[in-house]
Amino acid sequence: MRIQVNVNGEVREADVEPRLLLVHFIRDTLGLTGTHWGCDTSNCGACTVHLDGEPVKSCTVLAVRANGHEVTTIEGVTPGGADLSLLQQGFREEHGLQCGFCTPGMIMTATALLERTPRPTEDEIREAISGNLCRCTGYQYIIKSIEWAAKHGAPTRVEVMP
Amino acid sequence: MAVETRGGHTFGDRMPRKEDARFIRGRGHYVDDIQLPGMLHSAILRSPFAHARINSIDVSAALEHPKVRAVITGKDLEEQGLAWMPTIAGDTQAVLATDKVRFQGQEVAFVVADDRYSAQDALELIEVDYEPLPVIVETPRALDDDAPVIRDDKAEQTNNVIFEWEHGDREATERAFREADVTVKQEMIYPRVHPAPMETCGAVADYDVGTGKMTIWMTSQAPHAHRTLAAIVTGLPEQQIRIISPDIGGGFGNKVPIYPGYVCVAVASLVLGRPVKWMESRAENLMSTSFARDYHMVGEIAANKDGDILGVRVDVLSDHGAFNAHAQPGDIWPMGFFAIFPSCYDVPAAYAAATGVYTNKAPGGIAYRCSFRVTEAIYLMERTMDVLADELGMDPVELRRKNLIPAEKQPYESVMGWTYDGGDYHAALDEALRIAGYEELLEEQREAREQGRIMGIGVSTFTEIVGAGPKKKCHIAGIEMFDSAELRFHPTGKAVLKIGVQSQGQGHETTFAQIVAGELGIPAEDVEVHHGDTDNTPYGLGTYGSRSTPVGGAATAVVSRRVREKAKKIAAHLLEAAEGDLEWVDGGFQVKGSPGQRKEMGEIAFAAYTNTPPDLEAGLEDVAYYDPPEMTYPFGAYICVVEIDKGTGQVEVKRFIAVDDCGVRINPMIVEGQIHGGLAQGVGTALMEVIEFDEEGNHLNSNFMDYLIPTSMEVPKVWETGETVTPSTHHPLGARGVAESPTVGSPAAVVNAVVDALSPYGVRHVDMPLKPARIWGILRENGVEPF
Repeated sequence: MRIQVNVNGEVREADVEPRLLLVHFIRDTLGLTGTHWGCDTSNCGACTVHLDGEPVKSCTVLAVRANGHEVTTIEGVTPGGADLSLLQQGFREEHGLQCGFCTPGMIMTATALLERTPRPTEDEIREAISGNLCRCTGYQYIIKSIEWAAKHGAPTRVEVMP
Repeated sequence: MAVETRGGHTFGDRMPRKEDARFIRGRGHYVDDIQLPGMLHSAILRSPFAHARINSIDVSAALEHPKVRAVITGKDLEEQGLAWMPTIAGDTQAVLATDKVRFQGQEVAFVVADDRYSAQDALELIEVDYEPLPVIVETPRALDDDAPVIRDDKAEQTNNVIFEWEHGDREATERAFREADVTVKQEMIYPRVHPAPMETCGAVADYDVGTGKMTIWMTSQAPHAHRTLAAIVTGLPEQQIRIISPDIGGGFGNKVPIYPGYVCVAVASLVLGRPVKWMESRAENLMSTSFARDYHMVGEIAANKDGDILGVRVDVLSDHGAFNAHAQPGDIWPMGFFAIFPSCYDVPAAYAAATGVYTNKAPGGIAYRCSFRVTEAIYLMERTMDVLADELGMDPVELRRKNLIPAEKQPYESVMGWTYDGGDYHAALDEALRIAGYEELLEEQREAREQGRIMGIGVSTFTEIVGAGPKKKCHIAGIEMFDSAELRFHPTGKAVLKIGVQSQGQGHETTFAQIVAGELGIPAEDVEVHHGDTDNTPYGLGTYGSRSTPVGGAATAVVSRRVREKAKKIAAHLLEAAEGDLEWVDGGFQVKGSPGQRKEMGEIAFAAYTNTPPDLEAGLEDVAYYDPPEMTYPFGAYICVVEIDKGTGQVEVKRFIAVDDCGVRINPMIVEGQIHGGLAQGVGTALMEVIEFDEEGNHLNSNFMDYLIPTSMEVPKVWETGETVTPSTHHPLGARGVAESPTVGSPAAVVNAVVDALSPYGVRHVDMPLKPARIWGILRENGVEPF
C-alpha cells in the first residue's frame, strides 16, 4: 500500500504492508532511529511520537493510519534554527537520562504536555509520563528536567488560549 | 604554540554528561539501530512446553516461504559441534534444542529472512512434534526422589542437584546457637525477578567472506570476554572476531551472559555471508534471558538477651532453572559473594549451607544490579535482624547500632574471610536517622495508629562487596578479573582514554574523563573515552558487579600516573632542570620553589611529539592492567516509610532515605542518579516484580502489562539521599562502586517497613512482592475494616 506521511515537516512516501507498524516505518523504512522500540504492548513508551501533535505509542499504530497525517519524532522537535529544544536542554541540565533508551519517548511525551500545560504541577508531570517507563533514573531527575524546561519556556503560544 | 589546558570540569565535579548530547537528540546508536547493506533479519522459534521430548522438527514449509533464506535447527548446529555452548557458571546450555526442551521459551529453531515480519511468519510454518514430560516448577520439588531428571543430557547427572556448598565455621556457629539466650529463625523467598532493561537483547553479525572477519554488534556488558568465548565456542580465530557494544539501553546484569540468539546470528551470517540481525521482543526478553534471584532461604540469628549477635546461620535452596547460567566470578563461587551475609555487623560465628537445583524454568540467575548474590544475602540478614528485634522487643535501630562493626575495627576481617576496606557504619546510620527525623517519625507513627492508619518504618543497614577481582580469586571462564585503561595524549594536549569496562548508561564517557582530568590537570572535556570495541580497546572483563570504578577506574588512575611520570621527564627536559627538582602542582610540573618555571600538560604533550629528550621515546601514552588487591565494600543506611491503604492493600512508599558511602565521589550528580535508579528497582522488587509460572511451567507475565516495573506513580516523590565519605583503604582514588548498593539495601527497607506497619497484627514476615492482593489478604485475615 502506498502511503504519504509528513514526517518532521518533510513529505515521505513509501510502499508498505498494511500490517507494518508505525514504529518500524519510522525506524526501518525512514531510518529515523531516535524512536525506540522497547515492548510490544504500548506499555513502555520508548516509541512515543506525535501524530498530528498528539503523543502516540508508535508500536501500536499502523503505518497506514499515518497516511496523510503529520508525524513528529525526536529528530523533529528542535525548533527551526535552534540546536536543542528546551526539553532536550532540561534533560541534559538536570541529569534526566542515563542509558538514553527511554529518553526520546520521554521528551516526546513531555513536549506534548508542555504544549498543553506550559506550567504543569509535579503531579501533572508524573501522570503525563506514567506511560513512559524508565529503568535507570528513578524518575526524580526526569521530573526536574521537565520542570526545568517549563521554567525556562516562553509559553506565549499556549498561555493566551483559555 | 598556545594550547589551552585549564578550565572545564575535573574530578569531583557535577559535570553534565558527555554522552547526553547524542541521547537527547535521538542520535544514540543502539544495536537495533544498525542497518547494513544486504542485512537479513531473524526470529527464534521457542518451545511452548516447559519440558518435552522433541520427536521431530519439520522446517520444509518454512524453507518454501519466498522470503526465508535459512532455517537452522539444533541438528544443523550439532553437525558443527555448536548445538551446546558453555555458560559462565561452567555448565552447558542448548543453543537450539536437540533432544528435548527444558523450559518454556527455549530456543528450538532460528529463521533468517529478508525482513523481520517474514521471519516471524515463517515460525508459524515450522512443525515440531513434542512429547510433553513431567514438569518441575516449585523449587523444592527438584529434590524429591521421584522428581524427573531435567538434565539427562549430562551422563553424570542422576538428579537435579547442581551443587552443594557450605561456608563458614559450622561447629562454632552451632555452639553459638546452643549458648544463646535468644534464637530466631525466618523462612523467606527472594522471588524470581527480571532486570528488564528498556532495550532488549540483540545482535547484528556481519561475516566478511573476503577477509574472514566476523564483526558482531552486540548488547554486551563484557565485549572482550564475549569475544574470547565466541572464539572458543565457534573455533574462529580470535583476532578475526570483533565485538562492538555500541550504546547499550540498560543492562543490570541482563547483558552479561551469552544467549543462543547471539550464537545463531553469528552462525547464520557465517553460512549466508551476509549481515544478519537478531533482536528479541520484550516477551522473549522476559521469558528466556536471564532472570535473577529465586532464592529460598532460612535465616537464623543467635543473640544474647541484650541483643549482641553471637552467630548467624543460613540455609539456601537456589533455583537456577534448566541450565546453570548463574553469574559467578569463578568456579569456587557457586553462590557468588553470598558469604557477605554477616554484612556490616560484628558477627563472631557464621555458617551457610546451600543447594543449587535445576527446574523447568529459564536459565540464570544473573547478578541483577548486584555483585553476585549480595542482594539475596543482605535481604536475608536485614529481614532476620528485624525478626530478632521483634523477638527481643528492641527497636530495630538500636539492635543494629549495637551490632554494627565499630569504625576503629577497620579494615575489618570478617568471620567469612573478607577484609573490608574501611567504613564508619554508625556515622551512616546516624546520618540516615537525622535526615529521616527518626524520633518524629516514631511519634507520627504513634499518632497514625491512634487514627487507625497503617504506617510503617523500615530500616536497613548493609555493606556490599563489589569490584571483582582480585585476579587470583576471581575469574570469568578462566580469564582473571583485572581491568584495563590505555591513555594517549595527542600533540595538542587532548587525550583519548580506552577502557575495558563497558557502560550501559552509567556515564563512563564522563566519569572516566574526569579521572584523567583530576590526575593530569586537563579539562575532562579534552578527554575522549572509548569503550565497547574489542578491536580498539585494551582487554577488560566488562561492567557488572559494580566493577567499573573499583577496577577500571583504578586502572585509569594508574595509567594516568604512569603518563605523568613520563611527562615529568619531558618537563625536566623543557625546563632544563633535574627531574628530582620538579614537583606536580595544580595540574602542571614546576621547579620546586619556583612557580614561574612551570610546564602544563598541553606543552608537555606537544613536546612529546616535537621536542623529546634524546634519551626518551617519542609519544605520551601508556596502558595499565589493574589487579585490585581486594574488593571494595560500599555501605549504607536506608530508612523507608510506608502507608498501607486499608481498603485495597496498596503499599505507598511515603519516604525513602538513603545514605550511601561509596568513598570518594567522581561525579556526585551521576552517583545520585545511580542511587535513584537502584532505589526504584529495589522498590519494584519489594512491591510488584515477580516472574510467575503455572503448574505446567507456563510463564505468566511475559510483558509489561503483567510484569510490573515502577512507573513515575509508584516511586516516592523525592529520593532523600545523603552521604558519608570514608575513602576506600586500597583504591587509588579512595572510591568504591555504588550503583548496586541501592538495589541491595532497599528491598529489605521496604519490606521491613511493611512488616512494621502490619506488626500490630502479629505479622513478622511477608514474602515479596508485596502486591495489594497479598496485603489485602493479611488485612482481611486480621479483621481490619476496609474503611
